[in-house]
Amino acid sequence: MIYEGKKKIWSEYQKDIPDDHYFYARSCIRQMFFTASEQAFLEITRKLMGKDIFETEHHTTCGGIAYHCDAIPQETSMTIIARQFALMKKYGYENFVCSCITSFGLYNETLETWRRFPEVEAKVKEDLWESCHLEFAKPKFLAHTCDLIYKYRERIASMAKYRLVNVKTGRPLRVVEHIGCHYSKMFPSKGFGGAEYPYVLVGMVESWGGEIIDYPERRHCCGFGFRQYFIQSDRGYSLANTYKKFESMEPYEPDMIITNCPGCTYFMDRWQYVIAETQGKTYGGKGHGIPVLTYEEVAGLVLGYDPWDLGLQTHQVGSEPLLDKMGIKYDPAKKYLGVNGKFIGEPEKSPC
Amino acid sequence: MEKLYDMLLQDCRFTGSLTSCINCGTCTAICPAAEFYDYDPRKIINIVQSKDETEIEKLLKSETIWYCGECLSCTTRCPRNNSPGLVVMALRSLSQRLGYFAESEKGRQQFALNKMLGTNILKYGYCVYPRTFHYDMFPEAGKVWKWQEKHLEDVYARLGANLDGEGPGPLRKIPKEDLDDLKKIFDRTGATAIMDKINKVSKEIADKEGLTEDEYFHKVFTETKKNHLNKK
Repeated sequence: MIYEGKKKIWSEYQKDIPDDHYFYARSCIRQMFFTASEQAFLEITRKLMGKDIFETEHHTTCGGIAYHCDAIPQETSMTIIARQFALMKKYGYENFVCSCITSFGLYNETLETWRRFPEVEAKVKEDLWESCHLEFAKPKFLAHTCDLIYKYRERIASMAKYRLVNVKTGRPLRVVEHIGCHYSKMFPSKGFGGAEYPYVLVGMVESWGGEIIDYPERRHCCGFGFRQYFIQSDRGYSLANTYKKFESMEPYEPDMIITNCPGCTYFMDRWQYVIAETQGKTYGGKGHGIPVLTYEEVAGLVLGYDPWDLGLQTHQVGSEPLLDKMGIKYDPAKKYLGVNGKFIGEPEKSPC
Repeated sequence: MEKLYDMLLQDCRFTGSLTSCINCGTCTAICPAAEFYDYDPRKIINIVQSKDETEIEKLLKSETIWYCGECLSCTTRCPRNNSPGLVVMALRSLSQRLGYFAESEKGRQQFALNKMLGTNILKYGYCVYPRTFHYDMFPEAGKVWKWQEKHLEDVYARLGANLDGEGPGPLRKIPKEDLDDLKKIFDRTGATAIMDKINKVSKEIADKEGLTEDEYFHKVFTETKKNHLNKK
């Protein structure tokens, strides 16, 4: 049988990005819910890999969530983005890396809009100058932070203290990879491996010893839906879509889920909790949920970081079954402590 | 008044995302919203492509255009390289600009979205921000968020955040000059005008219903009276 042409083309597709010297923009959702993931990214890239990743306090939200909730016009989001790019230039950089997948999609959409509609670009340039007195610039290269971890995956593997392998059975862990829709569904060539066969997380998992699960709803949206989540009465949409994915992956018995989008991590973690709380159903076996981790958290575990330094205690689905499978040593008594061992109480017990 | 279709043509998301749809329905087949809601993006594209002003006006006043989750899965799969999701975004923008959003239950929710997101961006520089994300409004954030919200400073310090602090870092205080830039961008590029329009129209509805602003927010944030779901 001839190897599927489309799959072959995309599986070999690698986008061209440099591996150093980036202006870094944080993500609203990742900072808030997966705070330590951004810190792990900087620790890995700056300290372990010796890369130059520059951050300034002057960058702001890109406005992406408001744009996709249709709360701000496209002109506004494009000008906020032009401001971020202008800061990049002001600080002497020409490569831009962002932590958020919604941002990554919107930066790509904006650059594509400027390419196709030069009159729009000219207007944004004028709006930027009139509002902020900043000089318009476009990045030479645009990357998502997962692209860089993907680039460094073999070096991370060479420094690994743990692997994505069940230490009791010796078998590779079975991993669901979930790619945020806005990574490459709009512009497939902007993601490693395109949209149907994105390789960015698969590459990490394979390099670190795990085995990828293919399941029917693998490419289905996590269900965020922007306004479909932020408005309380619309959240059934969000929950129903996550439920569909979990029902589809359940027969394949995943040990963990890795995602590149902070929104997806949040929804696949939190809706599992809601399903467990309301329906009494869990998907990870023995009354546990399936741990949902960011790629920084997975990289951090592989490198031997303490799970609580990585913030796994702020997930609603407990990560202990995964830590046990990987043979990671951790202190349960320290899970919810504050700085310097300060006792700050504990959350009520999770049903998953 | 200018023709609605001509107004849509002024939005580059519209002109850049629709070139001769063949109505194959691939977008509907892949659409997460079409499975959940009584929603068919293929029909939306068919209506705008017909240039029928009456039907476009109905669409702009309908519940339908608010069902999309903007995942843009349709964009990947469309065999004609159209983007129905971006067309829907252009329709939503026009619906708000003309005040038509107030004709539908889902459209009226824009008041709450503007309030939440506009405040977060202009006051703090973030779209979502921990001090305005409350467990009682987002209970699915879980018991862990309930705990985290109660111990915000301690938990974020443990995780290496710089909550409301000077200088760079996660959840830092965005300097005032940068917030001022955002406000100037909002004023110049139409965000302030749209927010004012939505607030004005929403206040008129709230007044008619005898509700305060907070009561109206609560209503559009929590209530669903119509059945929006896919019955198939």
